[in-house]
Amino acid sequence: MPIRIQESDFNLSAEIAALRKGDPRVGAVVTFLGTVRDMNDGSPVKGMTLEHYPGMTEKALQDILDQAKVRWDIYQSLVIHRVGPLLPEDQIVMVAVTSAHRGEAFAACEFIMDYLKTAAPFWKKEDTPEGGRWVDARVTDETAMSRWEKK
Amino acid sequence: MKLELKFFASLREALKVSEEKITIPDSVKTIADLRIHLSQRGGTWAEVLANGKSIRCALNHQMVDPNTPLQEGAEVAFFPPVTGG
Repeated sequence: MPIRIQESDFNLSAEIAALRKGDPRVGAVVTFLGTVRDMNDGSPVKGMTLEHYPGMTEKALQDILDQAKVRWDIYQSLVIHRVGPLLPEDQIVMVAVTSAHRGEAFAACEFIMDYLKTAAPFWKKEDTPEGGRWVDARVTDETAMSRWEKK
Repeated sequence: MKLELKFFASLREALKVSEEKITIPDSVKTIADLRIHLSQRGGTWAEVLANGKSIRCALNHQMVDPNTPLQEGAEVAFFPPVTGG
């Protein structure tokens, strides 16, 4: 499955190996790994809980991968996103893309991540010394996504 | 018209409801109408769904804008801007 939403952790190396296995056309694999920081908006973060919209989140991610496939010459793509309770340094999300050459793979991977940030229904609630705090969406994420619309 | 409503994240917490089945009057035709209809419940509903609050909406799992017409039996979700990744 190119899309997985799960509470459990994932192994980046194993996922990359599986993604490119048996495909000698692949000359480039680009991955992005997102992890939990211990600080956000000036407050220490002790942990966070990730919520999603079962049913819609999977469709939104599939739509993003489909768009990437149309726009760039890539072979395989994979998104794994964790939900539930997470601690600083934990892995949250990985995106991996295979292609013949690095240019297409870099662009597709960045596109997938930028779209995920603004179009896939996930929400973070941080555990701070002042209590639980829902993370506000960032304007910079919207800006990052809008870059792709000009192309 | 019958609808299935869903609420997520900060909206779910504030409204203290994650899902609800409702029947709406014929005058409620669009997503924007539905938002107004729900905010007329008053109290927390009026507060959370007030105009100017940044809220996203999905109709049958597709992100939609406020002018989108409602459909019989649809699943309509309200939630804050997404913050995954």
